[in-house]
Amino acid sequence: MWTARSTLKFYVGKKRGRRSDDHLHEYRRGVAVPPFAICPVERMVGVTTMAPLKVDGDARAPLLELRGICKTFPGVRALDNVSFPIWPGEIHMLCGENGAGKSSLMKVLCGAYVADEGELFHHGEKIEIKSTLDARKFGIAVIFQEFSLVPYLSVAQNIYLGREFPGKVLGTIDRQKIRSEAQRVLGMIGSDIDIDAPVHTLGVAQQQIVEIAKALSQNARILVMDEPTSALSDTETEHLFGMMRRLKAAGVAIVYISHRMAEVFLLGDRITILRDGKKVATLLPDETSPGDLVQKMVGRKVDAIHRRGANIKAGEVALDVKGLSGPSGISDIHLNVRAGEIVGLCGLVGSGRTEVARAIFGADRVTAGEVTFFGKRFTGGPDEATRRGVALIPESRKLQGLALIRSVGDNIVVAALDRLFPSHVFHPGKAGKVAQAMIKKLRISTPSARRAVQVLSGGNQQKVVIGKWLTADARLFIFDEPTRGIDVGAKAEIFALMYDLVENGAAILMISSELSEIVNVCDRAYVMREGIIAGELSRERLSEENILQLGMHHE
Amino acid sequence: MSQIEAAAPKFKLTVSRDLTDVAYRLLAVALICIALSLVSDAFLTANNLLNVLRQASLVFFMASGLTLVILTGKIDLSIGATVGLSACVAATVIKSTGSPWLGAAAAIGVGSIVGLGNGLMVTKLRIPSFIATYGMLWVAQGATYYYMSGQSVYGFPTGFRALGSGYLFGIPIPIYLMVAFLVIGYFFTKRTTYGQQIYAIGANTVAARLSGIPVNSRLNLVFVLSGAMAGLASLIYLARLNSAEGDIGETLTLPTIAAVVIGGTSLFGGVGSLFGTFIGGLILTLILNGMNLLNLNANWQPLVTGLIVLLAVWLDMKTRSKTDSN
Repeated sequence: MWTARSTLKFYVGKKRGRRSDDHLHEYRRGVAVPPFAICPVERMVGVTTMAPLKVDGDARAPLLELRGICKTFPGVRALDNVSFPIWPGEIHMLCGENGAGKSSLMKVLCGAYVADEGELFHHGEKIEIKSTLDARKFGIAVIFQEFSLVPYLSVAQNIYLGREFPGKVLGTIDRQKIRSEAQRVLGMIGSDIDIDAPVHTLGVAQQQIVEIAKALSQNARILVMDEPTSALSDTETEHLFGMMRRLKAAGVAIVYISHRMAEVFLLGDRITILRDGKKVATLLPDETSPGDLVQKMVGRKVDAIHRRGANIKAGEVALDVKGLSGPSGISDIHLNVRAGEIVGLCGLVGSGRTEVARAIFGADRVTAGEVTFFGKRFTGGPDEATRRGVALIPESRKLQGLALIRSVGDNIVVAALDRLFPSHVFHPGKAGKVAQAMIKKLRISTPSARRAVQVLSGGNQQKVVIGKWLTADARLFIFDEPTRGIDVGAKAEIFALMYDLVENGAAILMISSELSEIVNVCDRAYVMREGIIAGELSRERLSEENILQLGMHHE
Repeated sequence: MSQIEAAAPKFKLTVSRDLTDVAYRLLAVALICIALSLVSDAFLTANNLLNVLRQASLVFFMASGLTLVILTGKIDLSIGATVGLSACVAATVIKSTGSPWLGAAAAIGVGSIVGLGNGLMVTKLRIPSFIATYGMLWVAQGATYYYMSGQSVYGFPTGFRALGSGYLFGIPIPIYLMVAFLVIGYFFTKRTTYGQQIYAIGANTVAARLSGIPVNSRLNLVFVLSGAMAGLASLIYLARLNSAEGDIGETLTLPTIAAVVIGGTSLFGGVGSLFGTFIGGLILTLILNGMNLLNLNANWQPLVTGLIVLLAVWLDMKTRSKTDSN
């Protein structure tokens, strides 16, 4: 539906209206050329801060077009005949479960992988991207979740790293020019970051902006962003979205990978869905719905998360925290969780939720207060907490939850070694049987218990972390963002597991940034704000509005 | 997704990473042996082969403790200095008391104390192991110089010297010891929960701690074991040399690290095995032996050692990136 060049209509206008414009709608359908490809950008309202971007080649052709891209790894067809165009000035959402091929596609675009088959067209001309250098030449820049900034260099130095302007004397660099150019690029996207600040003093959101500025300073016309909002607060997210809209208005194309439905519909001009390495569809936001998207991503009908039935019987107090304070910025935390309950712990990113979880588990130092597990006072480290039947499913699976180079089986038994082998003599056969049983029980999709856990998808990795604690016989589970970065199908499975746990008498404290999860899954919730508990919401009062009300900063 | 993953095992060998690593290295040993027996008549004699094994055993004792440290992702640069200090203390104890047993206890005790010092610096003071053990290298070396004050101690009882140069059924005694420690070491690393925890710590220290592994106490354990094994190695070294001087351990650290690395243990931790280290020491010793037999200038030895280390690490990275890419 995107190939017939002959059906292209010219649109000469000066309008900016987003969704209301018929022609724009046609453009988004792929029938018309985007307005900004022809009309001078300066005349568009609200984009005066950004200079029009030079267009080389045929302006009516897509900025980049993928045709039949394939990439195969031993045993996995990562990309299978993927084709779609990327137009200037569009935000192109890329959706799919983990393992659907989004990352591979991203790597093909930035030159980290070379496609086995297929062609790429840049402004209608066939190109080859064989290295990151090639990608840069064609104006493609990828903003990964992990930034490539040098912490102890300044913002300006980072933006022009490796491309410093030569000074008057041979071998020197022109610092003033680096500073002024950096200032210009940041000004273009409306950022007021101090160009002399060392990058390590900046927050994640600002570092992201520096990455974007760095890409733009290299004449990037296609920005590929991998879940850019996953570590941002709401205000920062808003700021980023504003910046993206400005870039888009100036003709930059943004390929945006997201797991968040709200973003997909808020920002997306078009949505491309990948599944098992194949393109399922490219859709307009108007002609689809979240349910439809999910179904296309998963390929089968998935029940959305239904609100859990009311909890009838809460048992003994599993966790009781009184007046907990610590150097990580939390103070006077009071909370409790009973057996059979799922209790939420929410609040904005940075409000101290993870710090509370770590302090309870004994992973961080505390200065005051007491923690009681199952009626017994607890002091000590994570090893003692583990012995008491407490589990922490940490925020970052890969950094804190798993030994990625070790096998699925090794990871499953690691917290239960002392329990399974009280004499300290390790039997590989017994460990293998235990792991195998857990793989079966949690339906972890892995060919073998001996496979390295790093090759599993996010959802399956999370199941391995949970399996580790089930094997250790934990009865109190602290889940920190259990569904971060995992696909919809796996999310439902993780929640089903949690329900199963509480039904069998376990207690769960769950941290989540997804308010809908808290509302639908939890029996009650505590809301944090700036290191303190701002309030507790009973099941009756548990709603997204009430959580936000408590969690927002009131200045 | 599921169909794709189900198809995957076809492409995956079912043998474990450790086994393939060791198999490659055994192949290297065989190739070196064939090459050496072709170029030198003296190589394939019982005497020479036993001699190679005896030298390899000394490397193995030092390298086995170090392997445990490196498996946790840490490093112990004080190995050689620890051997020196232990040897000198043991030498004076044996001289003054006449009892090899007391000397042995002194050597292993001194080694363990040095190791505990390393461990506490790493776990309590949070000094990176590279720096902590580098500092310890100088401290132990300095202590040895001060203790010996330029003197040398020599002439030990025959019973003690048998430890280094004696034979039992025609085979040097250190080789028996090496086999014994290889078995014990295999059991410790592969068949105890401690061993499993050591691998887990090396693979991801943060995750290991958050999985309830007492990381600090395990790190102290491996540093103490590394020191104790250095103490044991010092006894065999002492018994073989029959004399001790202040600079006895100075040149031992780097070849020991080379043996571990050639043996396939990753300096990043979590990957490797004691058996690999044994083969690493053997490869190193075989190459040196070959160079001696061919009357090559001894000045070439460090250069050759370096090249082998680089080759081994490069081959490891090549095979590993192949298995990791899916």
